[in-house]
Amino acid sequence: MNARLIGWIAGIALLVALPPVMQAIGQPYYVDLVRRIMILAIAAVSLNLILGYGGLVSFGHAAYLGIGGYTVGILAFYGITNGWAHFAVAIGASALVALAIGAVCIRTSGIYFIMITLAFTQMLYYLAVSVAEYGGDDGMRLRVRSRFPFIDLADSLTSYYVALAIMALCVFLVYRIVNSRFGMALRAAKSNEARARALGFSPYPYRLAAFVIAGAMCGLAGALYANHTAYIAPGFMSWLQSGELMFMVILGGIASTAGPVLGTFALLLVEEVLKGWTEHWQVILGPLLVLSVIFFRRGLAGIFYKPDA
Amino acid sequence: MLDVRGLTKSFGALRATDGIDFAVREGETHAVIGPNGAGKTTFISQIAGNLLPDAGRIVFAGEDITLLSAPRRARKGLARSFQITSIYPEFSVLDNVALAVQARSGHSFRFWRPARSEKMLRDGARAILDGVGLAARADVLAANLSHGEQRQLEVAMALGTQPRLLLLDEPMAGMGAEESQRMIDFLGSLKQRHSIILVEHDMDAVFRLADRISVLVYGRLIATGTPERIKLNVDVRKAYLGEEA
Repeated sequence: MNARLIGWIAGIALLVALPPVMQAIGQPYYVDLVRRIMILAIAAVSLNLILGYGGLVSFGHAAYLGIGGYTVGILAFYGITNGWAHFAVAIGASALVALAIGAVCIRTSGIYFIMITLAFTQMLYYLAVSVAEYGGDDGMRLRVRSRFPFIDLADSLTSYYVALAIMALCVFLVYRIVNSRFGMALRAAKSNEARARALGFSPYPYRLAAFVIAGAMCGLAGALYANHTAYIAPGFMSWLQSGELMFMVILGGIASTAGPVLGTFALLLVEEVLKGWTEHWQVILGPLLVLSVIFFRRGLAGIFYKPDA
Repeated sequence: MLDVRGLTKSFGALRATDGIDFAVREGETHAVIGPNGAGKTTFISQIAGNLLPDAGRIVFAGEDITLLSAPRRARKGLARSFQITSIYPEFSVLDNVALAVQARSGHSFRFWRPARSEKMLRDGARAILDGVGLAARADVLAANLSHGEQRQLEVAMALGTQPRLLLLDEPMAGMGAEESQRMIDFLGSLKQRHSIILVEHDMDAVFRLADRISVLVYGRLIATGTPERIKLNVDVRKAYLGEEA
């Protein structure tokens, strides 16, 4: 059995064991914290598919976090409580928006791609700010959480394990995708586009498909996030959130399976520790992040193993 | 096999390709030579589909491909190698060629099965590595190959797409004498099975491999013929070989 698999099993075992331990020592707060981290890790994993493996530096990935979140919020607002409907619409709507945005953005490259993905997401952000019915600037409270048979997302433990299961599933899904024929074509186009074209790969449809998959997966994270916070606000899709997602991926190690998960945990845990220590935590976090990028060129995942090609 | 008529491409006032008529017969190795700046790269780019011509037609295997994109031409069997080594350095040698095999075996919208465990792709790639003499290096990262080996891989990737016509852009670029000899021998063996357009500065290679040679000077083809006739051609000697005839 290889070391990576052992690492994954150990990591998941740790996360499975965490809630009972935390409750035994009377610190249930940490269960909610780790749940939030795992949900955002799903978003980071989805971003890694396009940023890490596709070379598409999307500075607007939080858009799908917002779309997933608002889908759940709006459906609940109109009295629709079926969880399957919530999640299916959240994923479907995110995929559709990603298809529309991607169809335009992927025709550009480099700095233009970064700016245009940012522009689209800012558009959605201001849309959310401007619709007073759904809370506008203040955001909206989630009237009722997504309802599933036998699964109560209002229960802290249940939703923790749901987030863990979905995170593990998404990591595995992306792992399979990037090693499939599709993934190889996507990575070939990132590594050397001229060569990929000369071999007969048209990069555009592969990139667009990856963009849609990543959007849909992030929309799923958004639906979970809305249920986690029971509150949806335009801030879900602010450019700060997009930047934070990018940072999680880069800190953890782009184009690595574990990277985005490690990056999300590292960033949010350090943030949490510093917040508890001083209110000027950002003054410390900033330089820490700069140092981490300088010293871990391949991200945190690069400490444990060489990134696969 | 390939028939080019009246191919013209200008950049501003410069006519980089000026009404070129050019043909490759089935099974032929047709070399294109010319001094630096003669327009060889522009010519090759138009055949490969990286540049669209201003005028003229390109017919490949009976089909007009003048307006097709580079990937579509590749899928029709027109494979190229690059003058500047263009491989996937962070993938293994075998992965590099397997990608070429994959590119030619239908679309890649297959999301689940690991491509590295697909016997068809791996075996196809191994067979080609055997042929180019890189079989022992299959599991090495392409970045770690020597320059000469990378040039071999460059050609191997073109072969991986099972081309009907090979477009080799200076395959000997940057090679030492010994490596060049080996590459010439290898291309000699390819010649039996493939139609080839060979762009090359190494005159030894050109005269040993080519069935016909076309000479490009300032965007115009000034001569086409067998190596013997090109050697004797007065215009060619004047314009290219730098001799006053």
